[in-house]
Amino acid sequence: MHLMYFTEQPMSAYDAKEGLEYGATALTFSNKHFDPVAGSRLYGQYLEQYVYAEDVGIDGIMLNEHHNAPFCMQAKANIFAAVLAGTTKRVKIVMLGNPLPLAENPIRLAEELAMIDMISKGRLVSGFVRGGGQEQLATGVNPAYNRERFEEAHDLIVKTWTVPGPFRWEGTHYQHRVVNPWALPLQKPYPRVWIPGVISKETIIWAAKQRYPYIALNTSIPQTKQIWKLYDDTAAAVGYKSGPENRGYLARIHVAETEEKAIQNAKQFMWMQGEFTGLAHPVWANPSGYFSPGGRRNFVEFAVGRAKNPRGNPTFEEQCADGMILCGTPKQVLPRIRYLLEETRPGIMAVWGNDGNVSHQDSMTCIRLLGQEVFPQVREWAKELGLKSPFEADAPVSIAYARDLKQPTVAAE
Amino acid sequence: MMAWAERTVEVAGTTVHLTRGGKGPPVVVLHRDIGMPAKSLFRNELAKSADVIVPNHPGWEGSRRANWMRSVRDLAVMYRGLFAELKIENAVLVGLGFGGWVAAEMATMAPADVAKLVLVAPMGIKPSQGDILDQAIVSYIDYARAGFHDQKAFDGIYGAEPSTDQLEAWDIAREMCFRIAWKPYMYSQTLPHLLRSVKAPTLVVWGDKDRIVPVSTADLYLTVLPHAKLEVIKDCGHCIDLERPECLARLVGPFIAG
Repeated sequence: MHLMYFTEQPMSAYDAKEGLEYGATALTFSNKHFDPVAGSRLYGQYLEQYVYAEDVGIDGIMLNEHHNAPFCMQAKANIFAAVLAGTTKRVKIVMLGNPLPLAENPIRLAEELAMIDMISKGRLVSGFVRGGGQEQLATGVNPAYNRERFEEAHDLIVKTWTVPGPFRWEGTHYQHRVVNPWALPLQKPYPRVWIPGVISKETIIWAAKQRYPYIALNTSIPQTKQIWKLYDDTAAAVGYKSGPENRGYLARIHVAETEEKAIQNAKQFMWMQGEFTGLAHPVWANPSGYFSPGGRRNFVEFAVGRAKNPRGNPTFEEQCADGMILCGTPKQVLPRIRYLLEETRPGIMAVWGNDGNVSHQDSMTCIRLLGQEVFPQVREWAKELGLKSPFEADAPVSIAYARDLKQPTVAAE
Repeated sequence: MMAWAERTVEVAGTTVHLTRGGKGPPVVVLHRDIGMPAKSLFRNELAKSADVIVPNHPGWEGSRRANWMRSVRDLAVMYRGLFAELKIENAVLVGLGFGGWVAAEMATMAPADVAKLVLVAPMGIKPSQGDILDQAIVSYIDYARAGFHDQKAFDGIYGAEPSTDQLEAWDIAREMCFRIAWKPYMYSQTLPHLLRSVKAPTLVVWGDKDRIVPVSTADLYLTVLPHAKLEVIKDCGHCIDLERPECLARLVGPFIAG
């Protein structure tokens, strides 16, 4: 079991009233409300928290990025990854991930990631994402070619890491005269790639065909089971048997010394749901051409307010009741985690511990309790349940390096 | 009641659906970014004295998407191919908004093969003041409504609450706009230079309350088009053919005949 710590790095130091009055807290919500003095202080705290996570025995730090929104201060995940590469010694630096379509030059990404892998002495996990719809709009990238760019950028980066240069790349979205960067990953054949996502079928199938672990981002238990069914079926079709080493799960879990404190802080998870997700136009999250054509009809109805948000809009209490948010003392949350492990059987687990306005001190307490009181028990259970991480299972980095395929594969297309 | 014939034509590996009606010189109407409503009074008015051909752009309703298409110029070249298939020569090109950009591109490609050019609040040139409204950040209905100064005219055509079918069609249209006109958004940096070679007499029409393409853009077209005149319609938005169809027909009809 690989256990990670995650925070969105909220930029909570702005007047919440401003967002409510404007009616949106993303994309066009003015950055005149961004306070760099508070930003500098928060970056310092987040870095301190990551280093502390390593100190208390957590296996990995999960990083991500978003643009034009206060819910996430990381505008470039590789910046924090580079900082962690130099300031930590043991934790895996898990990018979940770099939004590939946003890259105009994927070779630059390949170089940056190779540098991070070398500086960290081989601790990089290089996850890739399509990036949310708003990220495309914020960075001026055409949402209609999002998936094509994702797949082509991936193929180019993997080739850059595995095939000696110089070579030439004449693709649909990327053309490069001389691919020959003098920066290559320390890990061979290349750093592990994990693919985070929600319930996008195309992405699940793509990840399974590559044999890249799929990290389900705080999906419900029934949704998560559907994801694994699709992943497992795809894996079988291309000739391998998938298991816990192919499965990751991101859970929102806040722990504190007392139940009262834990509940109070866990309510901050609603910060994002009330002020970000709830306050952005649907066409920003799903620009035309970004989503699957099969979902078009439902989406257009949602976008004009005729249909409910397909993800629902559950209250804090409802989310606690159905396990979408776990909070309490370590003793209180552990049985809920056990249930989650039994039901979804992941080999990788990320805990999204702190959000919104949770104080630095309480964030540090949460990290300490996770590392010292929650995760040791989770590791024991994982052993009992046979939940091996890709590292423990010595899983191939991708299907191209598998030695156990049952039939000729159609993957690695 | 005008009889309209429908057909599909294979061109450049894609299928173009078109409607055709009326008798007279060929007039090709190129529709706007949000498509062409089934009922178009303007189209009917034109067909009283012309052979009116209204193709649906590939990727819009009725016409298959051409996945290879990457620019509005690609679309314009494809229409030149369509003209060859249909043996249309020396047509009048009437372009509505986004379709005006397509018509302008077509006029630059074969300056000797355009009888007359009518550009109705065309996109295609970067405005000197303000920007072309970015549909990417507004809802389907808000964007379509922004094309009308008179909101009752919108209600009359699309209904106060447009159908889900219509919303889907607008999403498909929007996706196609992104595919071929994303960056720069809805204009070409080279078109103004090429427009100087257009030979055809040109009528540029704009609504003075256009919220999609700033009316000041008309002056840029007038500056580069050698034989152009401008008509500005008062208290009218971007979708002139839908908001003031008879008024537009009264300008375009005599221009074509004259």
